[in-house]
Amino acid sequence: MTRRTKIAAALIFLGILHGLALFAGFLAPYPYAEQHREFPYAPPTPIHLSRLQFLVHGRLFGVREPGVIFLLGSDAYGRDVFSRLLYGGRVSLFTGLLAAFLSLGLGLALGTAAGFYGGWLDRLLMRAGELVMALPWLYLLLAVRAFLPLHITSVQAFFLIVVIIGGVGWVRPARLIRGVVLSARERGFVLAARGFGASDAYLIRRHILPLTAGVVLTQATVLIPQYILAEVALSFLGLGVGEPVPSWGNMLAEAQQYHSLVAHGWMLAPGFAIIPVLLGYLLLADAFIAPAGRAR
Amino acid sequence: MRYIARRLLHGLLLLVGVSLLSFLFADLAPGDYFSQLRTDPRVSAETVAALRAQYGLDRPLPVRYAAWVASVLRGDFGYSLAYNSPVGPLLWARVRATLLLTGTATLLAWLIALPLGIWNATARGTWGDSVSKVVLSFLLAIPDLLLAIVFLMLAVETGYFPTGGMVSPGPERVLDVAWHLVLPVAVLVLGMLPTLVRHVRASMAEAIDSPFALSARAQGIPRRRLLFRHLLPAAANPLISLFGFSLGTLLSASLLIEVVMGWPGLGPLFLEAIMARDFALVLAVVMLSASFLVVGNLLADILLYRMDPRIRMQ
Repeated sequence: MTRRTKIAAALIFLGILHGLALFAGFLAPYPYAEQHREFPYAPPTPIHLSRLQFLVHGRLFGVREPGVIFLLGSDAYGRDVFSRLLYGGRVSLFTGLLAAFLSLGLGLALGTAAGFYGGWLDRLLMRAGELVMALPWLYLLLAVRAFLPLHITSVQAFFLIVVIIGGVGWVRPARLIRGVVLSARERGFVLAARGFGASDAYLIRRHILPLTAGVVLTQATVLIPQYILAEVALSFLGLGVGEPVPSWGNMLAEAQQYHSLVAHGWMLAPGFAIIPVLLGYLLLADAFIAPAGRAR
Repeated sequence: MRYIARRLLHGLLLLVGVSLLSFLFADLAPGDYFSQLRTDPRVSAETVAALRAQYGLDRPLPVRYAAWVASVLRGDFGYSLAYNSPVGPLLWARVRATLLLTGTATLLAWLIALPLGIWNATARGTWGDSVSKVVLSFLLAIPDLLLAIVFLMLAVETGYFPTGGMVSPGPERVLDVAWHLVLPVAVLVLGMLPTLVRHVRASMAEAIDSPFALSARAQGIPRRRLLFRHLLPAAANPLISLFGFSLGTLLSASLLIEVVMGWPGLGPLFLEAIMARDFALVLAVVMLSASFLVVGNLLADILLYRMDPRIRMQ
């Protein structure tokens, strides 16, 4: 397989996974908060094709009332785990994407500024970066989250978490981008353009930023899965998105309870759902890094 | 010597910076330990204010910081309001438990990763290398959290292993603790292994492909001697940095696993301190883990300095 097809395959695979989460409203048979109190901890429903109805109530499939269909069983309130898995993917996957976007944006801005202008700005930014890196990452995340209000709505929590995860993670991309910019600044064509009187803004936009594309892309493939795991960890610990909105993290927190461990194995579904997502990003990262040779 | 002194000073400054930043940040944060009392109608505002004054929380920021620095220099990390006990002894027991867990796991992970990575680097292109690569990639894609829960599930179902905790009720016995250690250590090792092996393999592969390796082979140096006497030291540089990082994260690597498996380590303590806004405790844990990272990096720097003549030349 060539590099191109590898990248395309990984992108298509990831696209499908993200699409599943994005179109949860259509693909999931039930809304995420709909309770069927008469079926707590129902095991996965066996599928009878003759009973399935397609394209009902604006959803892909369902069964005739009062029947219920739980592809991956149900939780303590009789909520459909499969539906919650899809809706939860929205929170977990898109936290990863948005937070990585934020981190890379910050890293790009600060790293370019530090590398291009140098001097006191560079020293200030790099010292600040060292301070951030002096703490273990998860501890830093928890500490920052702890000092912010704990009781907020789910939507607020979602954006807060994106901002925390993304805001804390700017250092590594900024350092790498600074390195690229430092060497790019001295390249012949940049010096030549500067000699012709090009402005700083033009130099950065036209000559410097395109050179950072490689680092930015490989960092994205590393950061996104890391941030998805961070969201899962925060929500698992009760510091992230809260009930009734599902996230893979808070769903796993339910699965960890003793009686679920003993008898309700299907509650682990969100944990297993992370695996293909991480694999997809790993494949993508490998494909990006491959021609450059070394890891990292 | 001057190099080491400079690194030491740099680390100290970093710690001072972290503590200053923590104080500033905690000051900006809404609420402290006593603000929960406010929600209780039986507690008057005056009582809360008096409690604040008693514990010195009403003093201005610089005064509090100075007092904290002075007491830390005396070896006293303050008083935990949530646990109603001095922070020092509270922390000590938890740090011991965490270090027992992560120390064992880190040692095991390195003992497996080094030979496996070296073997992978010498066996590139064979099916053995490919198999181990696929297995390790797959391991990398399994979140620690899931692994911990699944292992716990197996423990519940089979009954071969204890379902969390560090000791069974009764007097503390070494074998009993070791038995409790098996599952969390297994999760940690499986989590660390893929990254370690990857790095060992990559740096060994680079050494094997270098011209000096070819010339040494041409001079007829036996394979084993070549591998361990000539190539391993040449490949050690990035591995030493990684080892320093491993040491630095000894306190923090197991937070999630401790929470899931009920291991009485630093992680659950930190989480509870955060939820209760017990600032003295949060700060002590933060400073301790930051010191570990700084010391880990410092040790790596010193080791690098001793091992790698290229650095000494600079």
